Amino acid sequence: MQTFTQRLANPTRFMALSGQLLPWIGGLACALIAMGLVMAFTAPLDYQQGHAAKIMFVHVPSAWLSMAGYALIAASSFGLLVFRHPLADVSAKAAAPIGATFTLLCLVTGMLWGKPMWGAYWVWDPRLTSVLILFFLYLGLIALRASIEDEALAAKLTAILAIVGIVMLPVIKFSVEWNSLHQPASVMRLGAPTIHPSLLWPLLVMAAGMTALFAALHLKAMRNEILRRRVKALRAVEVEAAGGLASQAAE
Amino acid sequence: MKLIAEALTSIRGERTLFTDLSFAVEAGEALAITGPNGAGKTTLLRTIAGLLKPARGALRLDPSDPEQLLSQRCHYVGHLNGVKAGLSVEENTAFWCRFLGGASARIDGALAAFGLSALRSIPAAYLSAGQRRRVGLARLLVAERPVWLLDEPTSSLDQASQEMLARVIDGHLAAGGLVVAATHVPLGLARSRELRLGAEAQFARPA
Amino acid sequence: MSTFVELVRRDLRLAWREGGTIGVALGFYLVVVTMLPLGIGPDLNLLTRIAPGVLWVALLLAALLSLGRMFETDLEDGSLEVLATGPLPLAGLAAAKSLAHWLTTGLPLAALAPLLGLLLNLEPEAYGVLAASMLAGTPAVSFLGAVGAALTLRARRGGMLLAFLMLPLFVPTLVFGIEAIRAATLGSAAFVPSFLILCAISLASLVLAPLAAAAALRLQLQ
Repeated sequence: MQTFTQRLANPTRFMALSGQLLPWIGGLACALIAMGLVMAFTAPLDYQQGHAAKIMFVHVPSAWLSMAGYALIAASSFGLLVFRHPLADVSAKAAAPIGATFTLLCLVTGMLWGKPMWGAYWVWDPRLTSVLILFFLYLGLIALRASIEDEALAAKLTAILAIVGIVMLPVIKFSVEWNSLHQPASVMRLGAPTIHPSLLWPLLVMAAGMTALFAALHLKAMRNEILRRRVKALRAVEVEAAGGLASQAAE
Repeated sequence: MKLIAEALTSIRGERTLFTDLSFAVEAGEALAITGPNGAGKTTLLRTIAGLLKPARGALRLDPSDPEQLLSQRCHYVGHLNGVKAGLSVEENTAFWCRFLGGASARIDGALAAFGLSALRSIPAAYLSAGQRRRVGLARLLVAERPVWLLDEPTSSLDQASQEMLARVIDGHLAAGGLVVAATHVPLGLARSRELRLGAEAQFARPA
Repeated sequence: MSTFVELVRRDLRLAWREGGTIGVALGFYLVVVTMLPLGIGPDLNLLTRIAPGVLWVALLLAALLSLGRMFETDLEDGSLEVLATGPLPLAGLAAAKSLAHWLTTGLPLAALAPLLGLLLNLEPEAYGVLAASMLAGTPAVSFLGAVGAALTLRARRGGMLLAFLMLPLFVPTLVFGIEAIRAATLGSAAFVPSFLILCAISLASLVLAPLAAAAALRLQLQ
């Protein structure tokens, strides 16, 4: 009896399955985000910050997704290097730009929130700083893959970088946030138990919606990548056939 | 001693270079690998050397040594020489001797066999291409390994140097070693078999 | 073990003969540390406050200069593939090259740092910890850097890509190295926690980084 991932491993079956799932996940994402936005705008105003604090409903989920995205890439990389899963590299390659975008979204919303809250767009808040470094890690993955011509080699080297990154990530976060113990600058404290339910529900709905969005984008990107590789393989066959014909004609 | 390859298949990128390649090389035997460019000669040598993993198939050296990998029982001389420009001829050879586990007493003999004794203290940066090739080949003699994997060993070598190499290889074969060499030109060995790669792998009569 | 030592000795000898590499790194360090006060102005109080940061960041940049070449020359002249078929495992090879890089780049830079501290009006109490933190932190730079060097070995624009890849990975060493120096000016033993974490990061990279570098090298040799 094959495991779930083994059954998905066949690209053709993956294409079929993802093709069926994608509209549903996309629809779910739209519905949840729409609902979340409505709930967010009707949620009670923060007495200090007014409407500005509502950017949290986008900022916090994008922070979660930026970390989850990197974890996804690291898990895919592990799958490539250890299990040689055929779709592992497709998953890792597809997830990097999406994760980077969510990270950028987190940074931008953080800056937009920071201006009214702290008076400046960027104050080197430890949490946001470690998100910035996470952004560099994402860009590094994309840049490394782009700089190596041989795709198979690029896949494996990028996988190694992703795993090094995930191992270093806790150390980096620790080092950047360690100092915050000494700093009086406020950190966006969002301990779940202390959050008021009227704020918690919009947050969770937005988080669920954005996660569905990530999943939809990821599946779509994986499908694109599989199609791109098919085109490339077809072209290679075409070139080889043309070369064979040419040499036959020359004889 | 016997080098045995069973059903070797190598796929680089999109291309399949060779499929189900099987051969055996006995002690005292030289196998010359021939074929057009891109047929997979270098790939085959690097696979035996352990630098590449074949897609399928197996390689072994009988009698097998549990302590050592096959790659550690081979000398691999590729297209490049493995010669550092900043070190002298003697320093280059001595380094490989110590690194590959040879006895330093063999350094003088190795240099002499390739006509490098007069050049021993010259930094490799000043040498000609042929001389550098000889320095690279000299490491074959500083450490004893049964299997020699040579990729176009005669490139950059003049006639006299090629004869030096042929003598060295013959000496190794006479002592019971094995040689697998990819080459476009005949190596001038006393005895060798040919394995032709390309459209189909086939064995030719002994040369 | 002796093959490890042989390789380190060979690299040291080559670096010594070439001379230029060590000189360029030291010169770069000096130039960068000089540029900043020139740009900021001779406000001595300000310089004292930024000295630890400047000294560490400039050291990282200088070390990055030679990091890219760690495996490049050996790949170009074919030594790498012969080394790979030798008795030393690839991880040992990576560790040997990292050690040689530290001895020829990290260590000289760390030795120069106190002198440059003079240019930046570093607090007198901080000099000892400056030297110690750089000695403790630069091994992480060389060993982690080997991973980046192995990954970018044949990449286009490898040098700049390497710097971009490595800087996030250097952040912990940077943060704790600077913090140790800053804490030294506060009290007698205040620097100890940061210093110990710095040492821990270096030790961990000594053990783990060669494994990652070896995995990358194996792929590059194919």
